[in-house]
Amino acid sequence: MTTFLRESWIVFNRQLRMNLRNPAWVIIGMLQPVLYLLLFGPLLKPVIAQLGGNQYTWFVPGMLVQLGIFGAFFAGFSLIGEWREGVIEAERVTPAHRSALLFGRLYRDLLQLFVQAVILVVLGLVLGMDASIGGIVVGVALTLLLGGACAAASNALALTVKSEDVMAPVINVVMMPVLLLSGILLPMSFGAGWLERLSDFMPIKHVVDAVRGAFFGDFDGSMLWGVGWTFVLFGLAVWWGTAVFRKENA
Amino acid sequence: MIRARGLVQTFHTGQGKQKREVPAVRGVDLDVAEGEVVGFLGPNGAGKTTTLRMLTTLLRPTAGTATVAGFDVATQPVDVRRSIGYCSQVGSTFSGAYAGDEVVDHGMLYGMSKKAAVAKGHELFDKLQLDGLWKRMPKNMSGGQKRRLDIAMALIHSPSLVFLDEPTTGLDPQARINLWQHIADLRSKEGATVFLTTHYLDEADALADRIVIIDQGTIVASDTADNLKAAVAGDLVDLEVTTDEQVAVARDKLASISQDVEVDGHHVRGRVARAGKAVPGLLRDLDGSGVALESIEVVRPTLDDVFLTLTGRSLRDAEAAAEAAAAPADIADTADTARTTTEGA
Repeated sequence: MTTFLRESWIVFNRQLRMNLRNPAWVIIGMLQPVLYLLLFGPLLKPVIAQLGGNQYTWFVPGMLVQLGIFGAFFAGFSLIGEWREGVIEAERVTPAHRSALLFGRLYRDLLQLFVQAVILVVLGLVLGMDASIGGIVVGVALTLLLGGACAAASNALALTVKSEDVMAPVINVVMMPVLLLSGILLPMSFGAGWLERLSDFMPIKHVVDAVRGAFFGDFDGSMLWGVGWTFVLFGLAVWWGTAVFRKENA
Repeated sequence: MIRARGLVQTFHTGQGKQKREVPAVRGVDLDVAEGEVVGFLGPNGAGKTTTLRMLTTLLRPTAGTATVAGFDVATQPVDVRRSIGYCSQVGSTFSGAYAGDEVVDHGMLYGMSKKAAVAKGHELFDKLQLDGLWKRMPKNMSGGQKRRLDIAMALIHSPSLVFLDEPTTGLDPQARINLWQHIADLRSKEGATVFLTTHYLDEADALADRIVIIDQGTIVASDTADNLKAAVAGDLVDLEVTTDEQVAVARDKLASISQDVEVDGHHVRGRVARAGKAVPGLLRDLDGSGVALESIEVVRPTLDDVFLTLTGRSLRDAEAAAEAAAAPADIADTADTARTTTEGA
């Protein structure tokens, strides 16, 4: 375990150092949710008024989940670059644990997501979001777990397809229904009954509901579903990522 | 240091009805002694890189066994990795990272402390003429500097066995010769056993104590360059006599030490094993028979002659054919495709 932590820390430090040399990633990664918050948030005011509460308390959790999914799902692109330059093979010929090579990269993705989430929450509070500290902590924690799942899946996908040209459309195909059926932008209850029932089969929708519930202080049954799905997705994605790192290297 | 028996690697390509098995390595036996420099020679697609990837634990053999540095590649891969250094043909460093950082991080993944890795890294940078490039990014280095950096990465943990996969591919002639010196130093100064793959004849000739030739996944020869040339091809001796009458005498004299004598005008040619030793006696015989030579030329065979004799194809032709065909087995020998096909391994 100590060796695993040391190795994953070495990989994390290396990844972080490279990212810090190009800080544009934080700004670019933040731009989309911040623009949504500033330009789309005000449009929600009359809509959310029907549900009661502040539109930012409702919208920021959705943006957090969006950040967790979309930001993390692009993590694999940098892995393809490293693979192409022989870095992954060089790491695999060391005695380091295969899972440490994955987790070191996940730590970097989670740190990046955490920084972005904090900026988003602070901006939401400035705009009038009304949420408890405890709720925010739970919501951000769930977002980080979901982001970790997406980053692990993205890395696994990257090492499977090994091509940006294949990866980009695959991510689009997966993300589009997630965006439309998870209630990130608007409550699914606003839609037709069949659409809401369909969205019940979308795991991310339950995570969005849980993060939103945490921000509103509603720790009810939907929270359990959301937390459960978050852990299931995280477990499955990490298993997949580790398996791909291992399989590649026999 | 390396012992392999019946190593086989079969890749699976395609889907559904297109699915097929492609044998890349078909039962390789290999022995490398401690301190040896072995050149693994063959055209693209011969199975060089695939064999090397099995020996470095990057690919699990489909069949056969191999021990590297005393450890089994299938059951003790971590011990194998601790003992070897590996320089891939595509490189090992990220183009946007500092060279020194890459070497230190790599050493730390082998369990070295940061302090030890930094010290060893600086020592290697000095030895490999990379001094002053610690804070340089690989994308701003020349091809030769990048390859020397890859070698530094492979040596950071002081391995007893170093695998170099086509170390000079893509370098200009001056950089290649410079790198050869550093590779030669690996044994003389670092005391390492070196196993290098190459498709350059001159490289194998210049660097290796012993050359193992692989073609279509099978080892076709293994010996020193001199022995291979002598046993398989021999030196070409070309005698030029001054008169028609002397041709027959010269042909008979040359035939006493060569089995394939040809006559072309006043030229009499034949392959002679170790001509350096045989020609002085031949000259005395010719002189004693009153044959006056206009000229004599002794041409040493190349490894391409050896390859041609062993496989019926020129190494250069084999390479061109492999590139043109670009069949999965051939492509599997390049780093990129070897990776794309490892899912089937």
